[in-house]
Amino acid sequence: MIRKPQIELRPSPHIHAPVDVVSIMRNVVFALLPVFGWHVWMFGLAAVATLAAVLAGSLGVERLVCRLRGENSTLGDYSALITAILLAMTIPPSMPLWMSFVAGAVAIGLGKAFFGGLGYNVFNPALVGRAFVQAAFPAAVNTWPPAFFEGRFSGLIPSNLTPPLMHPPSIADWSMKVVDAYSGATPLAMQKFQHQQTPVWDLFFGGVTSYATGAPAALIIVCGLYLAARRMLDWRIPLSVMAGAAGLAAILWLHDPAHYPDPLFVLASGGLMLGAWFMATDMVGSPVTSLGAVVYGLLIGVVTVVIRAFGGMAEGVMYAILLGNAATPLIEHFTQPRPFGAGRRRGKGGGA
Amino acid sequence: MGLMSLFGRSFRHGVHPPENKDVTAGVPIRRLPFPPRLIVHLDQFIGAPARPIVKKGQEVVRGEPIAEPGGFVSVPLHAPATGVVRDIKLMPTARGPRTPAIIIDVYEASPQEVLYANPPNDFDSLTREELIEAIQRAGLTGLGGAAFPTHVKYADPPKGDFPPVDTLVVNGAECEPWLTADHRVMVERPRDVIAGVRIALRASGAGRAVIGIEDNKRDAARALEEHIGEDDPISVRTLPVKYPQGAEKMLIHALLGRKVAPGRLPRSVGVIVSNVGTLAQMGRLLPRGEGLIERVVTVAGPGVKRPGNYIVPIGTPARFVLEEAGLAAEHAEIIFGGPMMGMDVPELDIPVTMGVSGILVREPEDGRASRIWPCIKCARCVEACPMFLNPSMLGLLAARREFGKMRDDYNLDACFECGCCAYVCPSNIPLVQYFRLAKAVNRERAG
Repeated sequence: MIRKPQIELRPSPHIHAPVDVVSIMRNVVFALLPVFGWHVWMFGLAAVATLAAVLAGSLGVERLVCRLRGENSTLGDYSALITAILLAMTIPPSMPLWMSFVAGAVAIGLGKAFFGGLGYNVFNPALVGRAFVQAAFPAAVNTWPPAFFEGRFSGLIPSNLTPPLMHPPSIADWSMKVVDAYSGATPLAMQKFQHQQTPVWDLFFGGVTSYATGAPAALIIVCGLYLAARRMLDWRIPLSVMAGAAGLAAILWLHDPAHYPDPLFVLASGGLMLGAWFMATDMVGSPVTSLGAVVYGLLIGVVTVVIRAFGGMAEGVMYAILLGNAATPLIEHFTQPRPFGAGRRRGKGGGA
Repeated sequence: MGLMSLFGRSFRHGVHPPENKDVTAGVPIRRLPFPPRLIVHLDQFIGAPARPIVKKGQEVVRGEPIAEPGGFVSVPLHAPATGVVRDIKLMPTARGPRTPAIIIDVYEASPQEVLYANPPNDFDSLTREELIEAIQRAGLTGLGGAAFPTHVKYADPPKGDFPPVDTLVVNGAECEPWLTADHRVMVERPRDVIAGVRIALRASGAGRAVIGIEDNKRDAARALEEHIGEDDPISVRTLPVKYPQGAEKMLIHALLGRKVAPGRLPRSVGVIVSNVGTLAQMGRLLPRGEGLIERVVTVAGPGVKRPGNYIVPIGTPARFVLEEAGLAAEHAEIIFGGPMMGMDVPELDIPVTMGVSGILVREPEDGRASRIWPCIKCARCVEACPMFLNPSMLGLLAARREFGKMRDDYNLDACFECGCCAYVCPSNIPLVQYFRLAKAVNRERAG
């Protein structure tokens, strides 16, 4: 007789694919690193300091919430890190660091913990933080420093060190010193309000101009494709965001090319690429059904262009994605998969 | 959907777990010695339990009927070895409850020849009805794992409007990782398999048979093709490897492009599906008038010293099989069946039944599956589910105990627990377990 082994009992399936939540999140961080690296190359130490402040706010709140709920720390799942990196790239590096800290804290506190933590957030937490600072600190948020300015690796931007709760000084004088000519407007704002178009080539491949506000579109696409190839990003979402945006932009542009930008400019400018590949694709806030993902992406693309073309602001990606997040339960409700062999009639959908 | 079914290459969705079949796929089937004691459960198949026709203390001869069918959806049982009936009493099963079983003390000195057989006079001239009766008399059930009485599939359904059966689908997919029992049977007993297919064609009235084999078993496909005659309406089709290809709805779709609606039988699209292992037994037993007394079982896994495929008498305790194959683990998970749909057994005295295609021994995992995260709605499960359900939403509803809603609005009952969703879930959510619980609660509330 064999000795009785100690027997384990588990439900089927008894094997498991090697990918878990942590490895997905870790790969998203990897994919974001080159994009953030470009950001640092553009803005220097100020970008690093901004990320540090956002991280302090977001990770601090994440840890605090875990402690208050008496749960194990969730810092190890990298999701708060992703939120911080995305947020740090969407706010100007000239923001006072205390504002960046608040943005990070609000992103996790209001955007994620408030809804129940990882998996339960309705909205993309980074964009909740971004929307909060948009409302709370409009002046600071809408002023971008010139990119590639002199001395960016030897010191911060003066406005970074504004004491907490104080408004930052204008960086206009400083800007004049570090670059030759700079208006403080983003390429999108210049197109919209001054009808001055930045060359699309520069936006796509990162030409060295003072007006850049983000990593070049091509780099973002490459990093996004890495995730898509590892099946950690639903390719349908960025493609349909771009299709929706380019489609509506093309209609407007053909209608009045003097007033509206061409579709390529629309795709390459502002936060559209980063939003399409790394924010709209946040799994928690996007539909699980493949048809739903397409509807969601198109909605975001179209709304972005509507806001850019008709709204009071130059940029619309943030609100478009937040709106897409809000519409996700409804989109899922109407795009439930039809069970195998269930014929043409759509099965009853579920509650949103 | 259109293109895939046009080319008939495979079904959509599903997963690709590591196959792990190499260890046993090349090793010839070996016969285990007879265990000192056999435990033959009366309810080891789907349907009404068999009724014992032997008494405590009675001597039985290998192959002799020991229990009669308990109804139409039921089969007789045959003594797997020569010995004496020690008792008929409740014994533990893999499912959990203790159910009645005939316990046979095997005679050690017996040559164990099959002395009991009742061959039909003229097998080739039997009518369809007589063949179906013969299938039941042989005690055949689905050896792929379901253990559903085979003759019931072939008999005309008592009610319902079904098209005539035009195709017999023979399931040689064996899509579960580790398992190679059907593979070895096809390689070593192709004559039995083809003989069984011919009988099944007669019993089904179908005009043709299609044998579906995954293309990691090309040697099996070749072996079968060699035994198919010129005028046999039998074809062998290899399919790309994908789990759960052996699920009958998936297999029918992969081979014929037909879709069986949720809750319907393959008959609703003019198809009967039988497993190759079942048909190999049919081809061997029916002409001789013998009953099912043993089956081929894959014994494998990291905790087994001598993995392989073994001929195991029905009722052999897992302990005996593992003693013979060598149990290496001190601390083990013992699975009856494959790793995707198999069931962990709580103790080693539980016997091998007709539906047990494998015994896998795994050592405890490194704990990677121990942490469960919330659902991050990554949609991997939605893209894996071969039934096109939404396991993510079903899992969230289960956590909220909305079991009725799962059934009514999200087609819970179409789930056949293949495990693809839980296999891919990066949050390690035990989705299949949730769904079983939900179905059980729904059944309870309905009944």
